[in-house]
Amino acid sequence: MNSPQQTYTHMARHSLLWRLHLDGPLIVGLLCLLGFGLIVLYSAGSESLTLVERQTVRLGLAFLVMIFMAQIPPRILAAWALPLYAIGILMLVAVMFFGVTGKGAQRWLDLGFFRFQPSEIMKLALPMVLAWYLKDRTLPPRKRDLVIMTLMILVPVLLIARQPDLGTSVLIAASGMFVLLLAGLSWKFISWLAVLSVPFAYVAWNFLLREYQQDRVRIFLNPELDPLGKGYHIIQSKIAIGSGGFYGKGWLEGTQSQLEFLPERHTDFIFSVLGEELGLLGVLVLLLLYGFVIGRGLFIGWQAQDTFGRLLAGAIILTFFVYLFVNIGMVTGLLPVVGLPLPMLSYGGTAMVTMMAGMGMLMSIHTHRRLHAT
Amino acid sequence: MARRQTIKNHIQETNLYRSRLFIVSILVIFMMGVLLTRVAYLQVFKNTDYQTQSNQNRIKLEPLPPNRGRIYDRNGVILAENRLVFSLEIIPEKVQDMDALLAKLQTLLPQVSADIIERFTQRLRASRRFESVPLLTGLNESEQAVLAVNQHALPGVVTRARIQRYYPFSETMVHMLGYVGRINDRELATIDQDNYRATRHIGKVGLEKYYEDELHGTIGYQEVETDVRGRVIRVLDRKNPVPGMDLHLHMDSRLQLEARRLLDDMRGVAIAVDPRNGGILALVSTPGYDPNPFVSGISTTGYQALLNSPDRPLFNRALRGQYSPGSTIKPMLGLLALEEGLVTAKTRMWDKGYFQLENDEHRYRDWKPEGHGWVNMLVAIRDSCDTYFYDLAVKLGIDRIAQGMKAFGFGQSTLLDMGEEVPALMPDRGWKQASRGVRWFPGETVIVGIGQGYWTSTPLQLVRATAAIANNGLLYPLSLGAKLANDSDNQLLRLDKQPDNIFPFKAQNMALIQNTMKAVNEFPGSAFEAFKDARFTSAGKSGTVQLKSIAQDEEYDEELIDERLRDNALFVAYAPFEEPTIAVVVILENQGGGSKQAAPVARQIIEYHLELEDQL
Repeated sequence: MNSPQQTYTHMARHSLLWRLHLDGPLIVGLLCLLGFGLIVLYSAGSESLTLVERQTVRLGLAFLVMIFMAQIPPRILAAWALPLYAIGILMLVAVMFFGVTGKGAQRWLDLGFFRFQPSEIMKLALPMVLAWYLKDRTLPPRKRDLVIMTLMILVPVLLIARQPDLGTSVLIAASGMFVLLLAGLSWKFISWLAVLSVPFAYVAWNFLLREYQQDRVRIFLNPELDPLGKGYHIIQSKIAIGSGGFYGKGWLEGTQSQLEFLPERHTDFIFSVLGEELGLLGVLVLLLLYGFVIGRGLFIGWQAQDTFGRLLAGAIILTFFVYLFVNIGMVTGLLPVVGLPLPMLSYGGTAMVTMMAGMGMLMSIHTHRRLHAT
Repeated sequence: MARRQTIKNHIQETNLYRSRLFIVSILVIFMMGVLLTRVAYLQVFKNTDYQTQSNQNRIKLEPLPPNRGRIYDRNGVILAENRLVFSLEIIPEKVQDMDALLAKLQTLLPQVSADIIERFTQRLRASRRFESVPLLTGLNESEQAVLAVNQHALPGVVTRARIQRYYPFSETMVHMLGYVGRINDRELATIDQDNYRATRHIGKVGLEKYYEDELHGTIGYQEVETDVRGRVIRVLDRKNPVPGMDLHLHMDSRLQLEARRLLDDMRGVAIAVDPRNGGILALVSTPGYDPNPFVSGISTTGYQALLNSPDRPLFNRALRGQYSPGSTIKPMLGLLALEEGLVTAKTRMWDKGYFQLENDEHRYRDWKPEGHGWVNMLVAIRDSCDTYFYDLAVKLGIDRIAQGMKAFGFGQSTLLDMGEEVPALMPDRGWKQASRGVRWFPGETVIVGIGQGYWTSTPLQLVRATAAIANNGLLYPLSLGAKLANDSDNQLLRLDKQPDNIFPFKAQNMALIQNTMKAVNEFPGSAFEAFKDARFTSAGKSGTVQLKSIAQDEEYDEELIDERLRDNALFVAYAPFEEPTIAVVVILENQGGGSKQAAPVARQIIEYHLELEDQL
């Protein structure tokens, strides 16, 4: 029984990382990404060390969460899936009635000692519950299951869109859709969805979207409509990125960023700072790092052995991709401004912790495999 | 059929899953490619466009105001300067509750009135959020201290130093210098807006207005890098402004202050000119007003007080006062008659105390009821005989009088370098017909002979005509500015004016008239008392003008009306008689007799002037 596979697993079994249920390549990729992020953040935050320090503390915390999640075997995760989802839905409903309003949206639950966004739970709870639902069912899913799962997706998505938080609801919808897609949803059904999305978009535009959300779409389509108002973000961001050129203006030297023409530059628009100061070269490095992390994630998904692990791993890493795609698409003017941070780079804690928890789940799925050949 | 199976087909499911994952991976790679393409498109293909836009964002062309030229008197005493003043300004974007802030400021600084807040609010509306808007200017040290101590409680409040025009001599020279004030909409339409982009003030009246172009200078620019709020980070390039030229006057501030002192609280005018070139040595119109509040914007109540004062301090009597010249024009009229050959030095007439036109019962009375007896030109001017000049005026006729007096500069601008002058009125037949629609009556000529009736003159015209006599007939345009000096390259621009020759007076006629005026100031002339014991020779002529123009129905203030109905006292003079260096006019409203009231003032001005000359 001396197959190469066994040799590998034999070595792996004895490595410290493996025993800690951690995945080396993913950790290296994430650390590079986070380190790179801190360098950009230092510049975006007007060379404020306290900003970088606070972010570092959050990163440490997020890492602990990741390590913790990695220890939980997938079967436990599967067992948690439904209760977690139910709690998430309850909290979203609670937000509707008791939520704290901030930035024109009712997103937070005030738990006394800290404020909490229930939509963050949903980011993980939804793919988990869908993967759990399909865990012992045959793939591709049957029509009845599809209807049930569609409802499982729609309920939290609509609740979050109502807050209103369009960016997160799109993201959560995407994470749900990825599970369905990976589960083998028939292409016919996907085509139907595409066709149905037209009337849905019409209804959403007229009845679901708030005035400011409609504005964002309008300004996305034509930013010059409001160059000093709502189109300002996009125009300034494009100027920042575009003026960076191939090599960039130099770290700490971006005029758009340092002279504050660029809004929200240490949060949602941190990519623009990178583009301006480090140029296409910096962007290339960032995309390669992302590519490595995503690639590793997809590999973990490929290697996963059961339906639950496969679907969850795939959905987590694809959601991570959608996250960065939406953010970079937004700051480069490809997509409307929806207010999603750039994963691992933007200043802020909540999204980071969720994301790292997801990464921990990936590691758990990878390191809790049965390593003997089947 | 397969869908009905409940037993999982692991191989098939794995294949399905992996094929899906593969497709999705391809999709991810494709989308990453889209992102990279998009960024490359922005950063490589559109790079120059965005580079330009980025520079436009941060680089701004900032206009730099030139320093306004200063105004000096003939001895280099500064009359209008640029001072650093501290003003309380508010940056709107830093204020959360403007009303509360203003209320707090009102308690700290009591002079922040509702009026000031009103004007501040108006300015606030027209300004940008990050630009500071002035609330109070000219803070003194204790006010600055109050603000400094309370700084922490006053977010958005800054004290800022600005260059501001200041007139150290306040009201004593305002009718000459004028003042600058904030540019208004009407002025904005006429000025070169490029050159005034950084300028807040413009000459409103007086010399400040007349010499605006020269005093203002040329704007400079600097290229600055600014942040998003327009705050300057650093200067990239700079083209310095060219300061305005300094204006040097003929005026002697010592003489000016003396003349102002002499007029005291009377309403009136005193002007002194150098007959040799028409340069104005002193120009006082009383009462005056402090021009400094106008620079920063005078309060409505302050302005109303000036506007409604019965003494009319805003009124420039020297340039715009239209007075009946009275007997002060008798020398000029006499000269005219001599030149026309109507009379000679020896011609004499019997004054019985009044004059009558042929076929007319009306008696035109002399000021001396019993008459002067035999009078010739000398006596008529020395004693200011009215009857003689009634007769002379009729002999000359209004046409010749008007023509001759216009040659002396009456009824027209003295070409003074100030814009506000009025021409007053030298009446003639044509004017009467055109303005009143009635022909000229002979009786109207009679009273013109003593400088009354329709004839009005500005004090400037009187002093100019007097200077022309002192000058043997050379009529100079009057001027305040002597030269403009460029601070940087010491270039001088002389403002000398060429005289308008009147007409060729016969020398003996001119000498005769000059001598009659000399006689006025000597025993037994009418101004003998005023010039008693003078250490200089001089020539003069008084005038006392009755006022009838004030309505009799203002009965509520008898005392005031009485005061305002009293005669105007006038006196013209020049000295030294042989080589005149000064000609003056003094007009005192409602002060009574010219030789009694105005002549002593004229004498003191002359005396002080000659003393100053001796000091050289």
